[in-house]
Order: sequence, then C-alpha cells, then structure tokens
Amino acid sequence: MINFRLEERENKSFWMNVIAPFIAIFIALLISCFLILLAGVSPLESYKELLIGSFGSRNAIAETLSRATPLILTGLAASIAFKAKFWNIGAEGQLYAGALAVTFFGTGLIELPTILMIPFLFLVGAVAGGLLLLPLVLLKNYYKVDEVVTTLLTNFIVILLVSYLLEGPWKDPMSLGWPQGASVIDQGVLPQIVARTRLHLGFIFSIFFAVLIWILLSRHIVGYQIKAVGFNPSAASHSGLPVLKTILIVALLSGGMAGMAGVTETAGLKGYLTLDLSPGFGYAGIAVAMLAGLHPLGVIASGIFLASIYVGADAMSRSMNVPSYLADVIVAITVLCVLVSLVLIQFKVKLLGSSK
Amino acid sequence: MNQILEVKSVSKSFGNLVANKDISFNVNKGEVLAILGENGAGKTTLMNILFGHYMPDNGEIIFKNQSIKFGNTGNSISLGIGMVHQHFTLADNLTVLENIIIGQNSLFNITLSKKESKEKLNTLIEKFGLPINPDAMVSDLSVSQKQRLEILKTLYQDCELLILDEPTAALTPQETESLFKTVRKMVIEGLSVILISHKLNEVLSISNRIIVLRNGKIAGEKITNHADYKSLASLIVGKEVSYPKKKKNTPKGEFLRAENIFYRTEIDLDVKIKNLNLNLFGGEILGIAGVAGNGQQNLAKLLAGHAKPTDGKIFMEENEVNLFTPKNFMDLGIAYIPEDRNKDGLIGDMSIWENTIMTEIENQNISNKFGFINDTFSKEKAERICEINDVRLQSINQPARLLSGGNVQKLLIGRWLNRNPKIIIACQPTRGLDEGAIAAVHKMLLEARENGNAILIIGEDLDELISLSDKISVIYNGQLSAPLYTDNLDKLKIGMMMSGEGFGND
Repeated sequence: MINFRLEERENKSFWMNVIAPFIAIFIALLISCFLILLAGVSPLESYKELLIGSFGSRNAIAETLSRATPLILTGLAASIAFKAKFWNIGAEGQLYAGALAVTFFGTGLIELPTILMIPFLFLVGAVAGGLLLLPLVLLKNYYKVDEVVTTLLTNFIVILLVSYLLEGPWKDPMSLGWPQGASVIDQGVLPQIVARTRLHLGFIFSIFFAVLIWILLSRHIVGYQIKAVGFNPSAASHSGLPVLKTILIVALLSGGMAGMAGVTETAGLKGYLTLDLSPGFGYAGIAVAMLAGLHPLGVIASGIFLASIYVGADAMSRSMNVPSYLADVIVAITVLCVLVSLVLIQFKVKLLGSSK
Repeated sequence: MNQILEVKSVSKSFGNLVANKDISFNVNKGEVLAILGENGAGKTTLMNILFGHYMPDNGEIIFKNQSIKFGNTGNSISLGIGMVHQHFTLADNLTVLENIIIGQNSLFNITLSKKESKEKLNTLIEKFGLPINPDAMVSDLSVSQKQRLEILKTLYQDCELLILDEPTAALTPQETESLFKTVRKMVIEGLSVILISHKLNEVLSISNRIIVLRNGKIAGEKITNHADYKSLASLIVGKEVSYPKKKKNTPKGEFLRAENIFYRTEIDLDVKIKNLNLNLFGGEILGIAGVAGNGQQNLAKLLAGHAKPTDGKIFMEENEVNLFTPKNFMDLGIAYIPEDRNKDGLIGDMSIWENTIMTEIENQNISNKFGFINDTFSKEKAERICEINDVRLQSINQPARLLSGGNVQKLLIGRWLNRNPKIIIACQPTRGLDEGAIAAVHKMLLEARENGNAILIIGEDLDELISLSDKISVIYNGQLSAPLYTDNLDKLKIGMMMSGEGFGND
C-alpha cells in the first residue's frame, strides 16, 4: 500500500487556480474516451463531432449560448448560496416559480411597453424565486430544519403545482390539448440577438447578472458579510454582523437568480410555460457552480462549457450513433475531476513510501 | 531499571510550525513520568505520536523492544499503550460494559459473551480501586466516573503504558486524590504512566521523574525528589516574564447595572442564571471567579446581548436596555471578548485585514453609502490596529488562521478597543496563551481600566483574577455573590465560596 499525506500548500499561486480546471477537464475527457471506446466508436471522431455540434457553425454557437443562459443563472444561484454555506439545491423549483410568475403576469394581466415589460418580467420572476426560498431560510434559522431537505422537496411541490396548473386552470385553450400555458405577450418576449437563431436577450442578461454578482461579492459589504457568515457564523455574529439578514439576502439573491432562469426560458426560448421547460437546469447549476469554484465570472465559462457538452453530445449521438447520455457522464466526470483538482490546489501530496 | 519505552529523536512539524523537535526520552517499568509544559509546548502532539494518531517526520519509538508503527492507533493499543484523552471518547448511549468491549468485538456478534467480559471488568475494578457500575449508562456518569471508565478501558485492553492527558483538569481535589491512589496502585502492579499536566503541585506529588517541554524541545529533565516548584516554573517559561502591575485608580460612575436577572432556556448546556445582580463601574475591573460550568457562559452571553433574560432588567448608564442583540449592545458601548477565540472570535479563512475591520464595517470610511468597501483605507486601518497592539504578522493579506493564539487575542482585543468601548466583557482572556502573550493581554486590560473603561473578567485562575481585579464576585450554580474587594482578600474564603459555601440551595 502506498502511504501518502496531504499537506497544505504555503503559497497558492493564482495561476494554478486558473489552469487547474482546464487540466481537470482534459483528464475528464481522457477518462470519457474509455466509455466512448466501449460504445464501439472512435473517441477522437466523437469529440470532433461534439465540438462541431457545439461550436462548428453560427447556429451551433447560438444554440450553445442559448442553452448556457439558464445554466449561468442557476449556476449563480448555487454559487451565492454555497458561498454562505446555505445549501440551496432547490434551483429547479425556483426556476419554475419564476416561470409561473412570468405566465401569471406576462400573458395579458399586465401590459407595458417592451422596454419596461422585459425588466418587469425579470423582476417578478426573481421575486417569485426568492420568495419561494424565504420561508425555508426562516425554518432553518428558527427550527434548525435542514435546508438540503426542504429546498429539494420544494422542487417537487412546485413542479406538481405547475403540472396541475397546466393540465387545469392555466391550460392554454389554443394549445390543441397540449399541457402548456398561454403565450407571453409580444412586448414581453425576449428578442433574438442573432437573426434566425434561438439565441435571445436572456443571454446578455445572464452575463450582466454574473458581473453584477461578482462585483457584489468581491467589492461590496454584502459580499463581505456573506463570506464571513459562510466561514464562521458564530464569529460573524460576535463581531456584530447581521447573520440572519445576510442569510435572507443570500436566499433572495440565490432564489432570484434561479427564478430568472425560468424567465429566460419562458419568455425567451419557448414563449410559454411547459412541463418540460427545464431538463434539470436547477441541478446542473450546482455542477456549473462547482466547476467554477463558486466564482461568478467562472460561472459564465463553466455554464457555456456545460451547455456545449449537452448541445454537442446531441450532435455526436446523431452522427456517431452513441447514446446522448454520454453528455451527463462527461459532465459528472468533469465535476469530480475539478473537485479533486480543488483539493490539489489547496494541498500537496507527500508520499511517505510504502508501508510494511 | 527495566526500560519499557524509548523515544529516539522524534520530530514533527505542521507546515512551518515545529511542534516537536528532536525529542528523546525513555520510560521505565513501574514509573510515573510527568511531562510538563505550557500550552503549545508540544505535549499533546508528542503523545499523539506515541499513541499512533500522528506520523512523526522522523525519529523512532521503541516499545517493549519493538518499533511502533506510526499512524496506527490499533497497533499502539494492541502493543499495550493506552491513552486517556482530555476530552473523553465514550459512546454516551451505551453502558459502561459495552463501551469497554466496543473496540474488541462487534456488539452485534451473537456469540459475544458479556458475562466473561463482565467478570474480567469486575476483577479490574477491584484490583485498581476504580468503583463503577458496569451496567450504568455512560450518559448518567459524572466526569470523574467517565474518566475511571476510560482508564478501565485501557486496562481491559491489557495496557502496560498509560498516557493521561491533563487528567485533573475537570476534577475536584478529592477526585484528584482518588485518581492518584489508582495511579500508585498501577505503578505497584508494574505498569508505567505518562502524566501530562501543567499543574506543578500535582506533578511534584505523584511523579518519579519530570520532563519539561518548551517550544517543542526538551528544556530539562529532573528527578522529582530533586525538583522544586520555582526551578520547574522557570524551566517551563524559559525566562522571567514581567507582568504589568495594577495601579491605584479611582472608579468613575456606574456604567452597567443588572437587576434581578433570571435566565433559562430548554436547550442549554450551562446552568440557569438565578436572581443575579451586578454593577460595573468605569475604571474598575470586576473579576468573576468560579468553577467552570456554573453559569459563566450564560452570564457573558446576557451581558453581551447574545441572550435575552427571561426576567430582570439591564441598565446602561441609567437607561434600560430593551433590545437584546449583539449589535445593539455593541452600539451601546460593549466589547465582548469570547472564551473560544477561534470559534467565536476569528474567521480563520478570511484575511487578517478583513478580520480586523469586522467590528468597524459600518464606519463611513470603510464602506461608503452604497455599501462598497474601501480596500485601501481598510488595509491601512487594519495595519494601524495591528501595529498599535503589537500583532505580529507577515502580511495583512494572509489568512488569519496563520496567527498564533497570542496574536489572535491581541488582534481581537485591539479591534474592540479601537471602537472606544465603555464596557469590556472578557471571558478567559488568557486561556491557552504563552506567558509573554498573557502579560500583553494583562497590559491591554489594565490600560483600558486606566482609560476609564468598566471591565468584567471571567476567569478560572484565581491568582490571575486577584492580581487584575479591583473586586471579585463568585459565581456558583447560576448565582452571583456580592463583590469582595481584592485588597486584603481571603483567598481561602473565595475557594470555599467557589465550592458553594454561602449560597442557598436554589
């Protein structure tokens, strides 16, 4: 048996932090090669198809970026919450809460000119996502109910609510029997930003929010408090920092980001609410945040990366005849590799020779 | 003599910190070896290496002519080394007997014969004078009974070398005496004992030989019969430390008054506070003496706004306090130095400057009206606070957890003093610090007293409290005695009060 020990590195270089995820991704792709080989095709060919499928044409790039939009927003939701050690894994439910809000307000109840309607929809979506998280924070604070359980279970409640509404009262009579909501009014639809593609204004919004969150976390007193509460809530409260208030802000921001992912999908990609609005964007957001080391700007890159794997894997499976589930496997292996790399950034491995 | 253990030039470092350097000694059969040293001198690290918790960087340990496999406690136990940790390692939901056999056999083993184990246990209980009921639940045991159980556990595993880490820390004098009786019996039976302690008197009364550790190295070795208190003390510290002296001071007006305070919660570990009255005056230090666990924690929490009294009133400068939050108490002029500075004081993963400005975060120069933090100003401010208070650091940007205990405490007190508080509540402000840092903390507190602050110090070391305080109150079972002036104080009387004399039964 090989004995080893982890020792904390004394000077952690900035560049190592930047390079490590790329090395981890490379290793993950190497490991995934074996699975593609098992599927009986050439890994290099497959990766080429994956790359072409995700970045090979104007249309492919637009498709990747439009898929990245909700991933960046749910990734931000996870980043903010995890920074404060608040384990919000309910972004999926918050996303649907945002989508419900868009359907409620955006399908005719309120009509504003486009320039106001779009920000208004983002606002109600964010508020809906944030409000969904708020009672769970209070449950945790006053009754010590674990937020992992409550946020996860709330997902099912919200999704079943969506299902009920779309099969019943909110079902669009024009939908020919499909369970879908009424269309968002024209003033509320997010315009395309690349002609004849599905890439819409929501992508710009997601970048904007990533930058905003980055500034907030790194320069602002709120970010300072989130960091302090995340590392040591007891010391933070002893130093007079408002711990509960900070966690409430975290919940509103985190739920808000996830809610806005629902807005971009409802008002941008589809135009109306459906039951399959999100193929698990809320959960994938956790992977996005982990991959980015919880850094808001890193979330942009990792969101686009994950989107490219998902979009590219579809193309790969079509032309190489391999299962598109490989995308999920590649993403999972990548996240694991990145987590290992994070440990290796913090610590160095010291071999102690083999034991007797 | 018959040598049982030999430690050969063992060294161990954690990153830059050298915990043990080139330590060599031996233990003979039937001997009590005491290891003395300050907190942080490397005693516990050394014992953890012996017991197999840690891997030394180099060195060798020979036990019964056999080299010890490092980093493997199972190996150490099976060779015959037993350790009783300062914090017990017992399963509260099991009985005494089950705790003893838990490491030996699976409790789910059907063929497990509890009867045999019980017989063996009863023999040990007789032989070493460690009375305990094998069928009692561990959660029902007192501290000293739990310690007996820990010792029995090691004896049951046929240990030949017993390591006791600060065994008397939570014992009354009578319990300590009975523990020492057991130790003497064990030595007569041919066992060897390593006793780790910082209490000189106890070490002098029980050990055969003494090793003093300082800064991870062996500072000296003495046969107990040839050692005395004074020479050991200077060996431990390594130099004469000069402590600041309390000057004459005329107290100013009353800063804080607590009237008939009651406090209890259902989920509380500490005892209830009952009908507590207390006054703090400017320029005066009130010391709170008492055995740990008599309500000190709750008292501190109440006075710092971390808890709301169930009954009673708190006045600050004649104004009744109605809002019981840490923030409000801070704004009213209270500085609170918590007992556990690493858990409640410092945020180790944030930088030193971020920690230093934490209590000043609302200062207009640190965060502007839009809430953005001015890094440059904050860092300069932090530099200044650290410099004034002699916090030794390499860089203001390094993580705060790299600071030593003394520097952490200087930083924490310093950042509170920078707010110009009126009242300072200090819990165990010198616990675990080296003598130099203790002197520095004393100096800071005494200077604050001269500047007219009202100060409350909760402490366990009576001598330290008497030297710092103007008055002393004793806390016992949640009740607080009237204050006694420390000039011409009868120490014996305080000691009696600490064990409950003069307090009613609830």
